[in-house]
Amino acid sequence: MKLNVRRRLEERFFLGLMRVFVATAAILLGLILLVIVWRGIGALSWEMVSQAPQGGFYLGKGGGILNAIAGSLLLATGATALAALIAVPVVLYIHVYAGQGRLTNLLRLALDVMWGIPSIVYGAFGFALMILLGLRASLLAGIITLALVVLPILARTFDEIVSMAPGQLREATLSLGTTRFEFLGVLLRQTVPGLLTALLLAFGRGIGDAASVLFTAGYTDSMPTSLLRPVASLPLAVFFQLSTPFPEVQARAYASALVLTAMILVISLLAHLSISRLGRHVIR
Amino acid sequence: MEAIHDTSLARPAPATAPRRPHRRLSRRRWLKDSSAQSLFGLAAAGVCLLVVLITITLVARSWPILQAYSVSELLAGKSWQPLRGLFGFAPFIAGSAAVTAVAMVLAVTPAVFSGIYLAEYTSARTRSALKPLIDLLVGIPSVVYGLWGILFIVPLIRDYIGPWSDRTVGQIIPFFARTNPSGYGLLAAGFVLAVMVFPLIVAVTEEVLRSVPREMRETLLSLGATRWEATKCIVRRSGMAGILAAIVLGFSRAFGETLAVMMLVGNTAQVPGSLFDAAYPLPALIANNYGEIMSVPLYESALMGAALVLLLVVLAFNVLARLTINRVAGRR
Repeated sequence: MKLNVRRRLEERFFLGLMRVFVATAAILLGLILLVIVWRGIGALSWEMVSQAPQGGFYLGKGGGILNAIAGSLLLATGATALAALIAVPVVLYIHVYAGQGRLTNLLRLALDVMWGIPSIVYGAFGFALMILLGLRASLLAGIITLALVVLPILARTFDEIVSMAPGQLREATLSLGTTRFEFLGVLLRQTVPGLLTALLLAFGRGIGDAASVLFTAGYTDSMPTSLLRPVASLPLAVFFQLSTPFPEVQARAYASALVLTAMILVISLLAHLSISRLGRHVIR
Repeated sequence: MEAIHDTSLARPAPATAPRRPHRRLSRRRWLKDSSAQSLFGLAAAGVCLLVVLITITLVARSWPILQAYSVSELLAGKSWQPLRGLFGFAPFIAGSAAVTAVAMVLAVTPAVFSGIYLAEYTSARTRSALKPLIDLLVGIPSVVYGLWGILFIVPLIRDYIGPWSDRTVGQIIPFFARTNPSGYGLLAAGFVLAVMVFPLIVAVTEEVLRSVPREMRETLLSLGATRWEATKCIVRRSGMAGILAAIVLGFSRAFGETLAVMMLVGNTAQVPGSLFDAAYPLPALIANNYGEIMSVPLYESALMGAALVLLLVVLAFNVLARLTINRVAGRR
């Protein structure tokens, strides 16, 4: 009887402990969003999101962060597209041609390891490449570097989704006399909602990443015009505005962070929806 | 009826006529298939080689400084004065290690327990309610974490935690003495970093425990074990390696985190002696100095060397952890 009480207490204690930890994480997330919204909303204005910085922006004069918003969208779109160009064939290669084997394991390991490489290292690598190729900090260099950052995220997420496709699909399709390339089309149609989720995930990560574009995309106060010119990005806009000593400019950094966070939230919401809404035609 | 009639009509035609289009089509299909295979295979090989390429490039770029100084000189050197040709990485490596250690001390227990909770205790419904929590914590950009740290954690440490720690534990153990009243320092950066690596450790822990066969759990429960006793047994028998791998992954993520840490850690090149000391981790060193790279000889090479150190540490930890996870999860 005594033993029973001790065991039940132990069970209760650890269950309670786990619940406290999970609740703490939820509270911290709420706190992060709350602080960002509460501090950001005050400085947020239509001018902030609709104009590029004007002269003396970093001294508290007029203008906004449209250059950074546009730059971030361009960087993330370009990087996601470039990464998809490599990641989609690689994932389809794994599932259609390579099958289970040493090569597949090696590929997955390489992608997992790449996921773990810090974005500052990609930034340094991109910078070294730029020096080798004689490129200057530009939208193009930023896109290439950022593509390396999001490539493993895109590939592994898509890989997981393709893995969930039913195995009989392959056998049924191939038994109709199709080539593996034709089966690839079937598989792709089956996994398009998942691909969209993976793309959105990569896009969101691309918008939020700063360390990789710090050296490679540079920063500018004008709107992006060319692939070969430097481009602003939202995380760096937050960072640079924050490092000025003027409270008005710092308040703008809070507002920029709110814009950035809102974009991320919308993107993850879309990613969530794309799984549940677009999945209607998928054979399960 | 119709079909049979059709074939009988086709039969008297010359043997080559119906076969040629068929064969041409099949060759085209074969060509498409095999060219797709080699093209996609090329992309796959490229991805595999990318890690090697990054390593080689960083080694090549940091070669001049590796030539000028010995590795032990660089890693153990205590002063960093590029203008006088002194490139000692020791304060930065110590800074990285210290910030990461603080983050891990704060994050590991809650994260592992939360992972266990998600894997062993929750219904599918609760889990799908908690999943967005983890996803959002992963998705929040580094700079937003940094800003949150500045707006919330730094004042908290400056006004409450710092003074309190100094009055109580700090009197006995110098590690907890408040050496720096600003609030920026190891604890601020470590705390925010802990929140950032938390979701990663949770996700990997959950994945690893989920790959333990259900029969094991059911057997334990049917023998009269409580949930927690079953969990303990599962963790001890087959989950330990995977959970350690999750922690190692979290460590290497924290080790390379740049912007949030840079905004909170104070960026002073010293070997930190207290929880409230400022430090200067490797990623912050690279990010803060890229602008001055060109003017000083060997400077760029030194920063590339810093990136190389980061890469090698992270690569080693990641490969180790991933191989462990694959071994554990592949056993299912």
